Amino acid sequence: MEIRKGIPVSPGLAIAPAIVLDSEQFRIPRRSIAAEDAEGELERFRGAVEGAQAEIRELREHVARDVGEELGAIFDVQDALMTDNRLHEEVRELVEREHYAAEYAVSTVLKAYARKFLKLPNRYMAERVADVYDIEKRLLRHLIGAKRETLGRLTEPVVIIAHDLTPSQTASLDRSKILAFATDGGGRTSHTTIVARAMSIPAVVGLQTITADVSGGDTVVVDGNRGLVIINPDEETISRFQETERQFRRMEESLGNLKDLPAVTQDGHEVALWGNIEFPHEVQACLARGASGIGLYRTEFLYLDREEDPTEEDHYQAYAEAIEALQGRPITIRTCDLGADKFTHLSGDYDERNPFLGFRSIRFSLQHIGLFKTQLRAILRASVLGPTRLMFPLVTNLKELRQAKMILADVREDLEDEGVPFDRDLAIGIMVEVPSAALMARNFAGECDFFSIGTNDLVQYTLAVDRSNEQVAGMYTAGHPAVLRLIREVVQAACDADIEVAVCGEMAGEPMYTVLLIGLGVHALSVSPATLLEVKKVIRSVTMDQAREVTDKILSFDSDREVDAYLSELTRRLLPEMVV
Amino acid sequence: MPTRNIEITNATGLHARPAAKFVEIANRFRSQVAVHKNDRMVNGKSVWDMLTLDAAAGTILRLEVEGEDAEECLEELTELLRDPDNEKNV
Repeated sequence: MEIRKGIPVSPGLAIAPAIVLDSEQFRIPRRSIAAEDAEGELERFRGAVEGAQAEIRELREHVARDVGEELGAIFDVQDALMTDNRLHEEVRELVEREHYAAEYAVSTVLKAYARKFLKLPNRYMAERVADVYDIEKRLLRHLIGAKRETLGRLTEPVVIIAHDLTPSQTASLDRSKILAFATDGGGRTSHTTIVARAMSIPAVVGLQTITADVSGGDTVVVDGNRGLVIINPDEETISRFQETERQFRRMEESLGNLKDLPAVTQDGHEVALWGNIEFPHEVQACLARGASGIGLYRTEFLYLDREEDPTEEDHYQAYAEAIEALQGRPITIRTCDLGADKFTHLSGDYDERNPFLGFRSIRFSLQHIGLFKTQLRAILRASVLGPTRLMFPLVTNLKELRQAKMILADVREDLEDEGVPFDRDLAIGIMVEVPSAALMARNFAGECDFFSIGTNDLVQYTLAVDRSNEQVAGMYTAGHPAVLRLIREVVQAACDADIEVAVCGEMAGEPMYTVLLIGLGVHALSVSPATLLEVKKVIRSVTMDQAREVTDKILSFDSDREVDAYLSELTRRLLPEMVV
Repeated sequence: MPTRNIEITNATGLHARPAAKFVEIANRFRSQVAVHKNDRMVNGKSVWDMLTLDAAAGTILRLEVEGEDAEECLEELTELLRDPDNEKNV
């Protein structure tokens, strides 16, 4: 039994045999063929060569055009190697005499050449091994790529293990048989995450070596709540897992009774409890769990996984669907938060040393004004359909907020001229997720209508910790006193200026922090639907006086360990039945 | 059988692109092309063979060409090997 830790991106638990997909290193089945199938296998091989050569030639043209003929000519060598009789003879030999399947023969021949190249004393020649691997990869993609279609006809439920799912891989999957995903790469906004969330199945990403750790057919547990993957669990773990799953269901049922009750403290103080969404259809899941609105609509998903920028109509349709599904409940739409770990074909053009400190989010929007205006127009147009608010992400200084508001004013003027209706009182807010914005909250409070504290980035920037780096991930905690003091500063600035303040990061959805946040005076919590009811239960279990008392106590601590220990204990008391 | 010894003089040796070019020229002729380096012999019509030959600077290659168009083939291959980095050849 082995346990791997990754990033949980879609909640739930699953246990099933694994299927390992890998776009780069194919697992080549040592497959034999019947003697009479040899000609067919060679035909497949020739087809693969043709396909691979067509790719190479296209790539060559592309590189020659963009970078220069000199570099383009490099591909001529690969092209020649694939045409070469030697390769065809050796593959034929293995297929006809040894009855190897085409992919196994190709892999055997090319691996032998790779070894030969590596042994050459001339360093330059030894480096040609990269060409050999590249050719192997291309040929196998053609040979096994077609075989992958069998994934569309799975006979039993499976967990998919992959490097990072590509859109073409997921397009061919039989979704009804897939219980979970676990991937080496990816982040909260990778394609895998998008698909898992859309399918409502558990997913853990960023596992780094999971495709090497798991062999096809291994039994694996994917715990999308805690970000764990357990490989070949022992009997005890399996039964514990099944018990956890039962508990999880029981708790779900007991929490279900809370759905229609308001999120109020015992002394009648109401906290707005909203859901976070990426797709309009997720509004339903939030409402089903008793959300009173949407506090964070992450619109960058409109830009991902597509070749072209979304049109104004694409934006409008998505917003209209979400707003109408809410039937009069409020929604906060955040403008595009691209860059860093979220890329489109556009933002992918910039090579950055330090993407989280780079060209992303509002910075990106302010440089791509056409793209930004398209989105703003659609939001304004949709704002007449129901109570809508607009929020700018990653605002770092007042100038950015002013620029964004000026662009918005332009768009409003255009709509005005065209006679297109929009909500003239549309509230404008900012995500407070950079320490500079938190420290300047009093200045920002005079120029916008609400704050929403994005704790994920605020924690990362305050503590200088990248939690996808496992060497330092342990230092990442919202419970650090420095983070809590920044949050207090923001909440007080908002209260003094009489504007609303919400928390929409993951911290808001962790029941452990609920008492602390309402004690600090936060007006609204926006959480993923998965934890909405747990948070509501905590809110309903305390009075505001108790919450303030807890908050005072916590702000006196000088380490995150004390904070987290105190809050874990408190949560166990308030939510004894919770699965921890 | 037309035969010729040629020294590889350019610094990077007979690297990938000229080797591929060599094979391309060889394949234009009907003759068989054998390339010897010390006691190794490879098929001059295969890029895979030519690359594993690893002809670094200073290597002396012996070309043996056999067939009806052998003389002409040997001339063209010699020209390439004398100046493998020449733009015209690469």
